[in-house]
Amino acid sequence: MKSKFLLIASIITFIVVACSKIMPPEPDPEAVLAGPVEDLSPQQMANHIKGDEEFSRVFGVSDGLGPIFVAASCESCHAGDGKGHPSTTLTRFGKYNGPTWDPMISEGGPQLQHFSISGYPAEQVPSGIFGMTRLVAPAVTGLGYLEAIEDAAILALADAADANADGISGVPSYIAPPNYFIAKYHHQPVAGKYIGRFGKKAGAIDLTQQTANAYLNDIGITSDFNMQDLYNVQTGNNTGDNVPDPEVSASTVHNVAFYMRTLKLPPRRNAKDAKVLQGEQIFLNIGCGGCHTPTLTTGNSDIAALSNKVIHPYTDLLLHDMGNELNDNYTEGSAQPAEWRTPPLWGIGLTKDSQGGQMFLLHDGRAKTFEEAINYHGGESSGSRTAFQNLTQSEKEALIKFLESL
Amino acid sequence: MKIVLHNKFTLLLTCLFLIFTQQVKAQSDTLKADKHPKDSSQITTQQGAIYNRPFINLASTGRLSLAIGGYIEGNTNYFVTDGIKEGFSMQLRRTTIFIYSTVARRIKFLSEIEFENGTKEINIEFAALDFEINPALNFRGGIIMSPIGAFNVNHDGPRWEFIDRPLVTTQIIPSTLSEAGFGFHGRFFGHNKVFTYDAYLVNGLQDGIILNAEGRTFLQEGKHPDRFEKDNNGEPSFVSRVAFNHRKFAEVGLSFYGGAYNSYRINGIKVDDRRTLGVYVVDFYSVIKKKLNIKGELVYVNVEIPQSVKPFLGNRQWGGYVDLIYPVLKRTVLKYENTVVNLNLRLEAVDYNVGEFSETGQKIFDEIKAVVGGISIRPSGNTVLRANYRYHWTRDILGNPSVRTAGIQVGFSSYF
Repeated sequence: MKSKFLLIASIITFIVVACSKIMPPEPDPEAVLAGPVEDLSPQQMANHIKGDEEFSRVFGVSDGLGPIFVAASCESCHAGDGKGHPSTTLTRFGKYNGPTWDPMISEGGPQLQHFSISGYPAEQVPSGIFGMTRLVAPAVTGLGYLEAIEDAAILALADAADANADGISGVPSYIAPPNYFIAKYHHQPVAGKYIGRFGKKAGAIDLTQQTANAYLNDIGITSDFNMQDLYNVQTGNNTGDNVPDPEVSASTVHNVAFYMRTLKLPPRRNAKDAKVLQGEQIFLNIGCGGCHTPTLTTGNSDIAALSNKVIHPYTDLLLHDMGNELNDNYTEGSAQPAEWRTPPLWGIGLTKDSQGGQMFLLHDGRAKTFEEAINYHGGESSGSRTAFQNLTQSEKEALIKFLESL
Repeated sequence: MKIVLHNKFTLLLTCLFLIFTQQVKAQSDTLKADKHPKDSSQITTQQGAIYNRPFINLASTGRLSLAIGGYIEGNTNYFVTDGIKEGFSMQLRRTTIFIYSTVARRIKFLSEIEFENGTKEINIEFAALDFEINPALNFRGGIIMSPIGAFNVNHDGPRWEFIDRPLVTTQIIPSTLSEAGFGFHGRFFGHNKVFTYDAYLVNGLQDGIILNAEGRTFLQEGKHPDRFEKDNNGEPSFVSRVAFNHRKFAEVGLSFYGGAYNSYRINGIKVDDRRTLGVYVVDFYSVIKKKLNIKGELVYVNVEIPQSVKPFLGNRQWGGYVDLIYPVLKRTVLKYENTVVNLNLRLEAVDYNVGEFSETGQKIFDEIKAVVGGISIRPSGNTVLRANYRYHWTRDILGNPSVRTAGIQVGFSSYF
């Protein structure tokens, strides 16, 4: 009997004493994208947490989901704050009316909401489109830093006429602001339009606009910024859901935007590894850095932790012609159909941890490997692609090691 | 004056006589009522109706057949998810009140009123009349606990050696599932053997199964409060469990729950496609060598999903658990006679969405696997003290690296 008592007492003691040892540890910070910016104030951390809760909130029918939608939460497209999966791609379409791009709003465009609540018709792609694209959601980490980059810094990288004759001619995307847009000190509008920096075609000026539009167009959730529910204009009889609008407040949108603004910089891994350093040099040598600008510096921000920081996003936030290889005959704002905003490469080494263990690269996830993605680069990046193809196997491996370290 | 007093005395005596004789008559009537209970539909005056109720009449004679009981369970929680501590908290999960009455020979009433987390959630989990025609055929009607598997009808805290309910019973089967319905149950006896059956028509689960705030197909969200009042589509669901019990070896049960769940017609007019669900459960219980208790359930769910959300929500789910309970001590402890100490292990898993992504051919995950170890001490058969260590691996729909959650819980549960 005594031995049984001892056994039980030992087990209890083990559980209590080893409490800290038997709990799951925090993952290596270098291995995850999620997490707040360092040096936030307690009040900013509270807002970050509020935004995090809203970012992961799942909307049901009784919360206002739909009536047509693409996803039920922010997180379903940005798992772990990372890049999205082909199962949650956005489909967008449009056509030309003469020289003018028509987003086909009267026919349900520019975005297809292919899901719908029960008893309500989901949208179909209408006939008569000129082009259609499928967009994998981007990672959302580090976006606050990109928002804090001054317009002047972006314009300094632009080279519309390719004055330096490197074959790369980035141009800013100019977007008409929504009526709730508040310009920052550094914004340099042209004819009332502002530089877009978020979205595959740089169609959103700031994260508030990006968030409000995502609530409406992706989840079918109205807010103080977009009061009218989406409905199926083709067969929905102008009816929506039964939840009064707005379905979320302006505060909720701001909290989610604040959450994204205060997500940490994507972490590097093995940055000092010799092979990684060799790959980084090759990356620059073959001209990838002409669009994927390695280093930028933020301006002043209302969030002190984001102000005047040297960051390494590997983007110039400009539009570049990527050639027929990546031309889906679809566009937004001032971008041409073959033009895409340079996607930031930071965090790309952790992509597979948000895409179910496999990478789906490029705007529509068509590339399963870095090499495949590079080989799709055309247009202004043709020279870099050719240079990559001419690398030795060892040099290619070094370049890929570098990308994996981002 | 004397005359007056005399008259008053006479009046008092007359009154006492009348009261006494009425009481004797009343007792005599009550005794008669016991043999042939008075028809409660017959009342002498409208005004007296509120006190002319059988339980009051029976209570006044001490012959009321009414029992009140219940159980209580509470525990502490200390959980950590991927290094993030939720801190220490205490929880009074349930306070449940039972009221039982033998209405008449072979007519029984039982109710179970549950207060979850204080008064956060108050539910009538069971309130039904049982009419026994014979042991093999009983009619039951009211708010019943649907016999989907064994746990839903046998979920009282003091009967379980673990603090948390099995995941499959809360995440796949929507326990505790109580519904308005009626049907039959009974049992057939053989030598060391019992065959039991339950079969009921119920209002069924409702639309919230899909497009809910869980973001997945989730039967628990189909428990609309209106289900006690009316069927959302006018088409009852069917639930049944059959079980074979051999006293020396085991009990094995098979259950089915199914029917249309969505509001596909309003006022008889069809407004949507009719969609159904089916829940299939195998449950088992056995004692090996009179020591090792094994019990568990395996559940499969099939839900028809609208075409408009098919890639987004699962139409197939499964889950299961196995509990292993091994008594290591039975003796007097701290003057509690026959105290039993058990070592316990639970293995469990749920998969909310069985299938593959059409876009990539990858497996859809959205699953939890868990292991729970623990110790339970029973100072009496109706009271259990429990300590558990849980470890969960949760994978999102894409199968990204698991979110790991672990926790230590200490708690109690007891009938009263």
